[in-house]
Amino acid sequence: MVPDRIERETVIQAPVERVWELITEPEHVGRWFGDAGATIDLRPAGEMVIRWADHGTTRGRVVTVEPHTRFSYRWAPFRNPGGEEPVPGNSTLVELTLAPEGDGTRLRVAESGFASLAASEEQRVENHAGNTWRSELDELREYAANVPA
Amino acid sequence: MTMPADGVFAALADPTRWRVLNLLAERGEGTATSLAGELPVSRVAVVKHLAVLDRAGLVEGRRVGREVRYTVRTGPLGETARWMAGVASQWDDRLAAIRRMAEQRPS
Repeated sequence: MVPDRIERETVIQAPVERVWELITEPEHVGRWFGDAGATIDLRPAGEMVIRWADHGTTRGRVVTVEPHTRFSYRWAPFRNPGGEEPVPGNSTLVELTLAPEGDGTRLRVAESGFASLAASEEQRVENHAGNTWRSELDELREYAANVPA
Repeated sequence: MTMPADGVFAALADPTRWRVLNLLAERGEGTATSLAGELPVSRVAVVKHLAVLDRAGLVEGRRVGREVRYTVRTGPLGETARWMAGVASQWDDRLAAIRRMAEQRPS
């Protein structure tokens, strides 16, 4: 196991439409995710802001919106918490997927990309400077591309 | 939650390094030469992987004669596992909160 991904799931006794509202509408997200409100521009590349009373603000950037099926975004809560724009190197990808199950919904969450958080400031500067060393992230991408689906 | 030390995830993310680390854990110790004998990569490549693992604090080397014998340092690995478990546990809490909200019927 290369520790780059976390997956969790739960089954909810409510239809996918209801669960979709809860994971995408700011008034709900501001309750189960943050505790002091949220704003979500629900479209690819739309901005997300999630607020906590005690921990400040975390920024996200929407990646995928497939109503009632999939919602994904990148967010940057792990380094310099306080509202850094999520970009490769400081952020992870959160994918929420919904599937009907009986009268309810199976809700899965996968958070991945922890390896890309790894680059230290020093490594990032080297990478930005066009250093010939391949970044760890590139190695990981190559690995992912070579793993049969 | 304090993140694991810089470089730990990157060191672990490479599949060959991951195998190097696992081999060292299974065998107790190893050298670049012994590890290269069990992996489809050159000794030079193993030396580089060991250097990355060493910088991340995941292994430590001890010179014996002309070779360096490496062993796994379990501290940073355990710290990383605990951190990942903490992140997963936060998702469990969030999923439970979503479930409670979804299953609450509006009165």
